[in-house]
Amino acid sequence: MTIEVRFFAALADSTGATRDRVELPTGSDVSALWRALIERYPALETTGIRPLVACDMEYATWDTSLDGIREVAFLPPVSGG
Amino acid sequence: MVRVQREPLDGQALIRAVQTDGDGAVALFLGTVRDHNEGRKVIGLEYSAYEEMALQELERVRDQALERFEITRAAVVHRLGALEIGEASVAVAIAAPHRAAAFDACRFVIDTLKRTVPIWKKETFEDGEAWIEGEG
Repeated sequence: MTIEVRFFAALADSTGATRDRVELPTGSDVSALWRALIERYPALETTGIRPLVACDMEYATWDTSLDGIREVAFLPPVSGG
Repeated sequence: MVRVQREPLDGQALIRAVQTDGDGAVALFLGTVRDHNEGRKVIGLEYSAYEEMALQELERVRDQALERFEITRAAVVHRLGALEIGEASVAVAIAAPHRAAAFDACRFVIDTLKRTVPIWKKETFEDGEAWIEGEG
């Protein structure tokens, strides 16, 4: 399955990308996607940021299944207001 | 009225959007850009967002406020892009028959927004810049 990935704020700075696309086996979860992204962007591991994750714009967890999910976003702790 | 926008915020427009003839109170909160953070002089500030989700989460906060408090209408608008010191970055307006609910709902909306809405602040100092991490 193909997952559209989005990075924001400090995570976008560390990867140099705001969007990417990752091919994963059916049944993969968010942590599998994150491991694949770290291989592609080793800098992700050294930011010191523990990101939040959103699957199709809903907050999710590291063990959330990606079956049926189109877009996964990795979000640094938010700081609006 | 719920939106994110790059144009300056207009508090009076929010008040007009929420107030009805049955209201005895309108609470307006403006978050503004201050010139310092944790002892460093701030010279500029920029907000970015996951815009589609930010809008969805702002609508969710607004709907929760309408459910939880005895209020008539609520509006919340967040600014994006580069802001100068003193400009408003966020505006919340609540109209209610009585003031207590207006104050309480206004506080609820800004406090919840700061925890849940995917918007990020980058501060520029005289000697560099940094993304600000929220309260979590």
